[in-house]
Amino acid sequence: MAASMKRLLRVCGKPRLFAHVLRKQLAASQRAYSVKYVPDIPPPELGETNRSNLVQSLNNAMDIAMSKDPTSVLFGEDVAFGGVFRCSVNLRDNYGPDRVFNTPLSEQGIVAFGIGLATAGSTAIAEIQFADYIFPAFDQIANEAAKFRYRTGNLFDCGKLTIRTPCGAVGHGALYHSQSPEAFFAHLPGLKVVVPRGPQQAKGLLLSCIRDDNPCIFMEPKILYRGAVEEVPVKDYEIPLSKAEVVVEGSDITLVGWGTQLHVLREVAQLAQEELDVSCELIDLRTILPWDEDTIINSVCKTGKLLIAHEAPLTMGFAAEIAATVQNECFLNLEAPVQRICGYDTPFPHVYEAFYLPDKWRCLEAVKKLVNY
Amino acid sequence: MATTRCFGGLYRCLTKVPRSTRSIRCIHSAAVLRTSENDRPNFPGSRSKFIHKCEFIVPENAEGIPVYRVLRNGDIISESEDPKLDKDTVVKMYKDMTLLNTMDHILYESQRQGRISFYMTNYGEEGTHMGSAAALDPKDLVYGQYREAGVLVWRGFTLDQFMDQCYGNMYDMGKGRQMPVHYGSSDHHFVTISSPLATQMPQASGAAYAFKRAKNGLCVICYFGEGAASEGDAHAALNFAATLDCPVIFFCRNNGYAISTPVEDQYRGDGIASRGAGYGMMTIRVDGNDVFAVYNATKAAREICVNENKPVLIEAMTYRVGHHSTSDDSSMYRQLNEVQSWDVQSPILRLRQYLDKQGWWDDNQEIQWKEQSKKDIMEAFAKAEKRKRPNPEFLFTDVYDDVPPHLQKQMDEMKQHVAKYPQHYPVDAHNKMSS
Repeated sequence: MAASMKRLLRVCGKPRLFAHVLRKQLAASQRAYSVKYVPDIPPPELGETNRSNLVQSLNNAMDIAMSKDPTSVLFGEDVAFGGVFRCSVNLRDNYGPDRVFNTPLSEQGIVAFGIGLATAGSTAIAEIQFADYIFPAFDQIANEAAKFRYRTGNLFDCGKLTIRTPCGAVGHGALYHSQSPEAFFAHLPGLKVVVPRGPQQAKGLLLSCIRDDNPCIFMEPKILYRGAVEEVPVKDYEIPLSKAEVVVEGSDITLVGWGTQLHVLREVAQLAQEELDVSCELIDLRTILPWDEDTIINSVCKTGKLLIAHEAPLTMGFAAEIAATVQNECFLNLEAPVQRICGYDTPFPHVYEAFYLPDKWRCLEAVKKLVNY
Repeated sequence: MATTRCFGGLYRCLTKVPRSTRSIRCIHSAAVLRTSENDRPNFPGSRSKFIHKCEFIVPENAEGIPVYRVLRNGDIISESEDPKLDKDTVVKMYKDMTLLNTMDHILYESQRQGRISFYMTNYGEEGTHMGSAAALDPKDLVYGQYREAGVLVWRGFTLDQFMDQCYGNMYDMGKGRQMPVHYGSSDHHFVTISSPLATQMPQASGAAYAFKRAKNGLCVICYFGEGAASEGDAHAALNFAATLDCPVIFFCRNNGYAISTPVEDQYRGDGIASRGAGYGMMTIRVDGNDVFAVYNATKAAREICVNENKPVLIEAMTYRVGHHSTSDDSSMYRQLNEVQSWDVQSPILRLRQYLDKQGWWDDNQEIQWKEQSKKDIMEAFAKAEKRKRPNPEFLFTDVYDDVPPHLQKQMDEMKQHVAKYPQHYPVDAHNKMSS
């Protein structure tokens, strides 16, 4: 710690300010995990807005999808009374018990039931209570949903299936209420995997997933359910899949993340500007599979440096795929080795969470490495 | 999968009940216990009565679920159970069973000669296919395992279509992507077969739920073997179908073996049928070599599905006369005389006896039909063998509804590579790629 601090102090040259920020962060780490959420500005062309948290915007997206598509159904464990995170609140009253219903407690059953519904022409919105519990359904997702259209020669498909699931760190979730399993699914041709960073994005991306004609896994960072509040357009709108978004433009380093980590990187970009006078381009990948190679490649060709950060473990995490592609496409532009700041290659721990996560200080250290290379 | 739920504060709530409250609760439950001595239990999890002696339920003490049978020695055993099918229907059942049998012989041999890569026969189980298929509406959706080709024969899937799939040629509707016998046809409402066992079962429940909501008057039938019934997906399927009131017929082919594993190693209960009641599902066990028993049970099950929106479980007892597949030699784990004893009880021979007694079929017709069907199959076989394989670009399509940029790039790379090194690839066996 002392050594890395010294290195950082050497770079930023503003020891007193840095120490002050560090003290604040150490104090915060004694409390529950929190994210500094910066609200998105709603695009004016989408008109009237409502102040919503992530739960409310997801609920609103499902409400809109169900109101416009009479074949759509929503099901999973405990969704009937509103869901353990309240995402489906009021939907059963609005659309009836045959459209919003509890299933038996079986994840493989839930996903397979959704595949069958979709094959028979219904829009199926399945909920897996925590992404940590999606693995019993892995066979149905990997061998069935992902391969359905391909193996049938497009005679049958389950494109109308969307699987929603809460993911990511929450401060005290330990091994089975914290996982980010996106990379497992990124290895499955035929699937789409999407992670929003906040209420506005979530609504547009979820509506796209529900209406996309391919099976989608929609991973909702649960720490943001109530923590992220912003103005969300009231109308029905979609945000395209497989399109990354340049959230902040910059010229020195490209930062790529998704979900909660995007907000960590936003702070890192700010700190890098303030402390190191480094201009970071911040990109929200949004869709993990199929991912937007062009936006990332264009950015790295411009900046020459890349930092990718995710909560999931390092080895075979999705950052590895991005890093390999970027070194192939931007070899002549790269001015430093691609940095991956990720969870460690351990299970997600309880009391050590603060030490496990790729927090802003670990990311800032990587920025410093890139700058000094 | 046990799911811990994150209700904030619930745990604290439970652990911090004040001592006084706890004692009040105890008194309260004692009072309930006294008043319900002559009453019935009111636990939310079940409905039954109290007993006052410690008695375990011993499955071995119960007699197994009986096997429903209609035909014996070519006669209808009980007049009331006669399905009274007309001559054309019964002759079609017989012809389709024997056609399937002949196709099995030819394709099995062709695999032995290395002309197709893999095959699975249907020997001994033809009756379960025709009996059930005949009792369904042709638009009822079928989910199968892989040993249900007879359902497709019944529905008019052509010999060309069977052969084209096994060869993976340019006319295979599956575009040559799956192994042989993984048939599928949207025209015949037969969902394409996949290799992972039992995955189709909870999918069938979901499709049936969609049918119920669509009020289309149709049901779903889902076939599976007794081995597949050991998968977790089977449990999910039956439980979901029951709790969500899905119009689906679960049709189990219990043929005694899952590859080499005999039923003694597969389960300890009374087969698969005994599980039905455990899920709250109407259930019947039938003689799977008796095409009329299968027909009657399926017809009645269909009525229950469509009229009452309830699932039904049918367990058809039969015997796998052939090897598991062309990759299996079943003499390694069972006696030849065991197999032969079942060969003579085959559903084909038993229906033939009935046809003879009705005067609807004779040896002359038998010879003609065998020759005709063999000729038709050989013709379709020869045609399929000569047809080119699909354009290799089909390797990349249908992964998604459209071809995303990264796959387009990989397709272009493949095409450029093959164009550079055509001598190393079987380009002539395939249709030409676009340049």
